[in-house]
Amino acid sequence: MTEREDFVSGVRDSLPTLPANVPFGFVVGVAALQAGFSGVQAVSMSVLVFGGASQLAAIELLQKGSPALIVVLTAVVVNLRYTMYSAAIAPHFRRFSERWRLVCAQFVVDTTFALAVTEYERDEDTDRLAYYLGVSLAIYVSFVAGTAGGVLLGDRIPDGFQLEFAVPLLFLALLVPSIADEPTAVAAAVGGFVAVAAVGVPMNLGIIVAALSGVSAGFVVNHWRGSR
Amino acid sequence: MTPAAGLGSVRLWLVVVGAAVGSYVLRVSFITLFGRVDEVPPRVKTTLSLVPPAVLAALVVPELVLADGALALTLGNDRLIAGAVAAVVAWRTEDMLPTVVVGMAVLYALALVP
Repeated sequence: MTEREDFVSGVRDSLPTLPANVPFGFVVGVAALQAGFSGVQAVSMSVLVFGGASQLAAIELLQKGSPALIVVLTAVVVNLRYTMYSAAIAPHFRRFSERWRLVCAQFVVDTTFALAVTEYERDEDTDRLAYYLGVSLAIYVSFVAGTAGGVLLGDRIPDGFQLEFAVPLLFLALLVPSIADEPTAVAAAVGGFVAVAAVGVPMNLGIIVAALSGVSAGFVVNHWRGSR
Repeated sequence: MTPAAGLGSVRLWLVVVGAAVGSYVLRVSFITLFGRVDEVPPRVKTTLSLVPPAVLAALVVPELVLADGALALTLGNDRLIAGAVAAVVAWRTEDMLPTVVVGMAVLYALALVP
């Protein structure tokens, strides 16, 4: 296949994610406005951060009046999973120029990672860069456009649609396959449990504590299995 | 807007830029490191594979089991039921679209039940 065809197939393979991705951006836009962001700030956040879950977490903490440092730290911890994606996708990017690598890094999210790695494993001949750029373009543009839609139309969508529920469902679709063995199952169970238990924790450190507890618990189980 | 709206706006920009820079560093980490190191050490890889389940569960579980900040493990909690059905779909299909569509459909259907 040509580069052009691989780019187009990247765009096409991304289409099934749009029914979750566009509302995701939309919900982020609405939430940001409600928290006192200007329209420009809300859209800029999606352009620059491009991590919906971290944005929602940050917006929620801002609304509760958390210190800026805690807000940033929470957003970074929510995005900690991109480090894993970065490591897993890096071998596929090895032939890219340094400049393209730096560009491609910005578009590493759950969906671009999942789609790209699936395709790379399926077909060795797919042009890595063209396919990745196709996937990234579709997902990035639809997410940012969703945010702009939320900014423009947010107050006109009735609450009855409960669009914001698409967000945990999207993450559920990613969570379930990420649980592959005992350590990952323990990491998920502990992360989820601590997040619920830590709802009232001071300074809204809940997500940070939950994520780190989950990883630590999985690490211990993994270590314990390895030494058995 | 509060009287400190100007200052509030600076605070928002700080958060946006801080979160953007922090996230980019995470994303670019191994992508640029690769080539300098030949292989990500297996132990690092295993530990990294724990991060998505821990973080995703920390984001999803409270959305399903809490209602207005209180634990709601009952059949009256529509989101819990819809999430449970969606989890089964996710497990069987490993596909985003059916998971989200079925989850939303169950939520809407339950809203019609008096």
